[in-house]
Amino acid sequence: MTTLEVTVPLAGRGAKRKQAYSKASAEISAEAISSPRGKSALNPSAPLEEMELKAKELRRHIVMMTGKAGSGHPGGSLSAVEIVAALFFKILRHDPKNPKWTDRDRFILSKGHAAPLLYAVLAERGYFPVDELSTLRKLNSRLQGHADMTSTPGVEMSSGSLGQGLSFGIGVALAARLDKKDYRVYVLLGDGECDEGQIWEAAMAAAHFKLDNIVAIVDHNDLQLDGPNCDIMNLEPLPEKFKAFGWHVTEVDGHNLSQLLTAFEKAKEIKGRPTAIIAHTIKGKGVSFMEGNVDFHGKAPTTAEIEQAIGELK
Amino acid sequence: MEQSTREAYGKTLVELGRQNPNIVVLDADLSKSTQTGLFSKELPERFFNCGIAEQNMIGIAAGLAASGKTVFASTFAVFAPGRCFDQIRMSVAQPKLNVKIVTTHSGITVGEDGTSHHAIEDLSLICSLPSFTVIVPADAIEAAQAIEVAAQTQGPFYVRLSRPKTLVINTPDYKFTVGKATTLKEGKDITIIAIGIMVAFALEAARSLARDGIDCRVLNMSTVKPLDSDAITKAAVETGAIVTAEEHLRRGGLGSAVAQIVAENHPVPMSFVALNDVYAKSGKAEELLQRHKLTAADIETTARSLLTRKRR
Repeated sequence: MTTLEVTVPLAGRGAKRKQAYSKASAEISAEAISSPRGKSALNPSAPLEEMELKAKELRRHIVMMTGKAGSGHPGGSLSAVEIVAALFFKILRHDPKNPKWTDRDRFILSKGHAAPLLYAVLAERGYFPVDELSTLRKLNSRLQGHADMTSTPGVEMSSGSLGQGLSFGIGVALAARLDKKDYRVYVLLGDGECDEGQIWEAAMAAAHFKLDNIVAIVDHNDLQLDGPNCDIMNLEPLPEKFKAFGWHVTEVDGHNLSQLLTAFEKAKEIKGRPTAIIAHTIKGKGVSFMEGNVDFHGKAPTTAEIEQAIGELK
Repeated sequence: MEQSTREAYGKTLVELGRQNPNIVVLDADLSKSTQTGLFSKELPERFFNCGIAEQNMIGIAAGLAASGKTVFASTFAVFAPGRCFDQIRMSVAQPKLNVKIVTTHSGITVGEDGTSHHAIEDLSLICSLPSFTVIVPADAIEAAQAIEVAAQTQGPFYVRLSRPKTLVINTPDYKFTVGKATTLKEGKDITIIAIGIMVAFALEAARSLARDGIDCRVLNMSTVKPLDSDAITKAAVETGAIVTAEEHLRRGGLGSAVAQIVAENHPVPMSFVALNDVYAKSGKAEELLQRHKLTAADIETTARSLLTRKRR
């Protein structure tokens, strides 16, 4: 088993934290993705390089949208780009022309402030025109400040008040069981969001109901609004917490598409319990001055900053 | 005949569940008390006990509803909406999902369990949420019908039920309609508008007033939201004085909502029989109702006093 070393900047302090972990999921490389085992959901027409370009595109959208809106949450949107790209470009069974298709896999954005990311990927997949992204947060826009299922095609849940998405996901997963449908439910959680007690009520319930059709992904970027998780409310040991609640747990480099894809594929094979994917990420990933910078949790880039960021994301 | 509204709920839910495979029921470890336990025995595959975790229960209810289910979620009225208000707000009210929150053990007639179990703010909280229909049945017959209507109607409902057995005041041919008050007694001197267990008390007070020649109208305002604005305005115009009666705090419940309509449409003197900005303590239900002036005699006294203020 390979041991991966991931260097994650400990945000806000300029220090570097070295993380070593050895996980089944972490050893997988791009070759596994094209292996027969992985064929079920992987679209061979979208190679990794293409997805990486798409990820960059999503990042440019996030910077432009929040910049144009003059407010929003770029940091936690940028950190989850690869997670969302892996799902929407490869893993999810969905139909952008029919957002309410009853057999679709569901992606639930529990960390609703990452709405710019969700809108970017929905637009890129054709749920609505890419041009519409520039209306983010404006009066009469379908793109609300936080995710709103009543406004935007493809948005499964109204979120933004943290801690509620996993419970919602359990309801959707139970409905699949009752209706004998094979769709899967993916819930994206923030790490700061895991401060909320409701997350752990839901973690207990998902394992209790033996839901193997639900996957929780924690965008573990180590930062929350007021500072580093470890200073504000220590979460660790996060994987052990989920394990203790009865989940199958995988840790991945959350910016490594092949690791993410493999983790999502492996989760399908786990029976009788839910899967948590702890995705180690960097807040503000891809934009030098936003990376690991807690200030960009909920602050839009200025015109000059947009220019610099877009330059870096070429 | 006496029957608790929660008993009616439990039985009705089983009947509806047998007819409609889309109905799913959730509870938060109180199914024996809320009577959803009947459903769990009859239709276990569509019942999920969420444990003592009301916030999670509401989220699960929302997810099921978003997937096409008609969901009943039950606990005590003190725990929903109180314990899970934000979950109800964001996961149910905002997206207008098909979740029916049916709570039991409302008000102070929970009795001996004391303050922690007395739900006296729930109407204020739930009525503040856009998109909710709020029903407080007056007896078991109305409770059964309200549950049936809730199951048949899309959107969020809150139905407030009681613990004790109470007098059945409606006849079997009674027909409940959402948003319509029922005139239980006509009258021209004054109107008592009541909900829940207070409706029976209002009728008793009206009978007593009648003995002194006071012709009192009694309205059962079982739908607290949306209120029957026409019936309220008509009562103000035709009787010139209104007393409201509820097992809830004065602020934010039935009285406040009725007063808004009266003030807007036809101002007349009003009085409010309700809990007066206090928490009740342990005691028998009847003792607490007396202590906090929520009896038929208190409604009668309030009505007499209001009549002296009525403009002729």
